[in-house]
Formats: sequence, C-alpha cells, structure tokens
Amino acid sequence: MTAPALPTPRGELSDAVVFALHCGASVPSLAQQTREADPYGDDLQLALYVLYELHYHGFAGVADEREWDTGLLALRRALELRFTEALRTDVPPRRGAEEALEPLLLEPVGHDGSSVSHFLQRDGERWQLEEYAALRSLYHLKEADPHAWVIPRLRGRAKAAMVAIEYDEFGAGRPDEIHARLYADLMRDLGLRTDYGRYLDASPAEALATVNLMSLLGLHRALRGALVGHFAAVEVTSSPGSRRLAAALRRAGAGPAAQRFYDEHVEADAVHEQVVRREVIGGLLADEPDLEPDIAFGVGATVFLEDRLGARLLGAWRRGESALRIPLTVEPGR
Amino acid sequence: MPNAPESPRRVPRVTVDRDGPLLVEGPVEIVREDGTVVTSRRFQVAICTCRRSRIHPWCDTSHRRRVKEETGEEGDTP
Repeated sequence: MTAPALPTPRGELSDAVVFALHCGASVPSLAQQTREADPYGDDLQLALYVLYELHYHGFAGVADEREWDTGLLALRRALELRFTEALRTDVPPRRGAEEALEPLLLEPVGHDGSSVSHFLQRDGERWQLEEYAALRSLYHLKEADPHAWVIPRLRGRAKAAMVAIEYDEFGAGRPDEIHARLYADLMRDLGLRTDYGRYLDASPAEALATVNLMSLLGLHRALRGALVGHFAAVEVTSSPGSRRLAAALRRAGAGPAAQRFYDEHVEADAVHEQVVRREVIGGLLADEPDLEPDIAFGVGATVFLEDRLGARLLGAWRRGESALRIPLTVEPGR
Repeated sequence: MPNAPESPRRVPRVTVDRDGPLLVEGPVEIVREDGTVVTSRRFQVAICTCRRSRIHPWCDTSHRRRVKEETGEEGDTP
C-alpha cells in the first residue's frame, strides 16, 4: 500500500503543517493563528487531520519519524485544546452515561427530516449515496483503528469486551472480512476510488471533525472515558442507520458488496451495542466511577459533530448541490 | 506448560434482558421451525425475542421504543 499524498491546504494553519511535512522543515508555533481560528473550520480541522494521520499511515514522501516531531506535537496540542474547549462549551452537559445514550435508543416513528440515513433511504439519489460513501471513507477505511488505542487504558471486564468487539471489527481473524475491507468493496461497487485518503481534499470540515474527534479521544489516555462514550454512541446508532443505508443502496441499484457492508453492520452492531453498554461502559464505571461525566461527554460530542455534518449534507443536497468540496463529477480517474 | 490440567469445557453463557435480545455466547446454530439451520459465528449473538426483527432470528434493534418526532419534517422539504 502506498501512503496518500499530502492534501491541499485550506488556510494558514494547514498550509504551515503541509509545508513542514512536504519540505522536511520544522513548523512555527502559530499561537495567534490557532487562537483566532474557527475551531470547527476547514483550516484547523485539516491541520489537525494531517497531524493525526501521522499516527495512522502517514503521507507519501513524509518520513515516519515525523510522528514524534516535538514541534508538530506541540502544534497538535494547541489545536486540540482549541477544538476541545469549543466542544466543552457547545456540547450539552449530561451527568450520566445512560442519560446521554437514552435519546439514541429511541427510534422515530416515520420519517425523520433531520436524519441523513432517513433522507437517503426515502429520497437519496445515486450521486448523493456516492458522495456520502466518499466522505465516510475517511473513517470507514480505518474503521475501529482509533478505538484500538483505548485498549491498554482499560482493565478487566471493559478491556475484554472492548477487545472482543474490535476483533469483530477487524474481521475475526479473516482479512477479507475486516470492516475497512468490506467498505472498500462497497466503494468499488459504487464506482469510487478505494485508495486510502483519496477523498480527503473533497471532504468538508464537518466530516473531518467527526474523524478528528475519534483520533483525539483515542490518543489521549485522559480522554479514555470519552472514547468509550463516543464508541457507544457510534454502536448504538449504527444498526438502524445501517438498515436504512442498505435499503437506500438497494433502491439506487448498487451492487451486492455495497449492500453487504451495511447488512453486516445491522447484525454486528445490534450485538456490539449490547456489549458496549453492558460490559465496556459497565466495566469502566465499576472500575473508574469518576469517569461517568467523560463518558457522557464522549456521547454528546459525537452527536453534536454528527448533527453538524448531517445539517451540512442535507442543506446542500436539498438545494441540489454537491456536499463535497470537490464534486465527484470533476474527480479525475473516474 | 507441561502437565497443565485440561481446562474444563467452557459453559456458554446466555444473558436475558426483558427489553432486549437474548445474548448468547457464539458460535451458535439455530434450528428454525421449518427445520432450516442458521449459523452465527460471532463472539456474542443477539437473538431476537420481540419478533419484530427483519433479520430474524438475529436482533436488528427493532425492539427499540418508538417515539413521535417533535421536529418532524424540515420546512424546506416539498
């Protein structure tokens, strides 16, 4: 596998990061630019995304050692603090983990006009499904990777259950059933490119933020409770959402691999939801009860950022416009 | 390890929840009423008890409580 190319910068912060990586140079501290940046905006989110990517697969032409470049790490820390402070301000506070998860366990009767999966199931056109698949590939081509970082921070029940779920995500010992691989098959069925990181330039800030949240929570031991809450929110909402997306793909005439990805998630995540709530959250709370507000924060931050992404997608699609920064129709090599 | 005693055969655990699926340690085979056998090889298998699942006998979260949406449709939807 070749690492992806560095993306096109979207402002001063991302320009400085990309330049430093491209030229093998050190990065300036950029304190003022960080203070003034929109914490959810394209520039900060892309800069953060690129810095996090050094911990996954890196970029073509960038030395592996840059992952531990202290200048880049210091900048990453400053950007993370800006992002985290914004989330702490904007995410509605919930004390209890169950209290935070409860609204996600209710299914709306009929059509939910604010839900992307409801929209795609009922009204989604083929090009909208392709756009959705392209921007979700930022996460699904590294599905479950950021969550693996929490494993050494857990103990006992929570650890055993988390590892069991991750084992399932990673194909239960079969490389052709790794969920990231199933997603690449889905993309191929839709006529999309499957190379890792391919749609980074096309993805809006709202999509980058959902992935940056996982990397942030996964990399920080201090945020282990929030990572578990985030993971629970994903697993709890995945099964019914996947059912709607599988139906949308069937209706749009996508191939069997495209449907299989979501069919698998309907069944798998109905199980994962039970295990993450009972054993991972239950086990972590038994071990470290003080983490309960953090677990709730992880749930809330996930819902908050997913809602922002949903609003961006539905806003564009209802106007008949592309939700991507670079529409797929002008992508070369399609 | 030499002379280790053979571990006793592990007893599969089933977890019961009145409001959710039956959780069974996998792998599991289920013989349906018509005699057909379905298999799940997951580490845990969630078996539908509400009978609303569209992928019966497996759970698809159809047991969840359903609520009327307060917001309903967006105003700009035709």
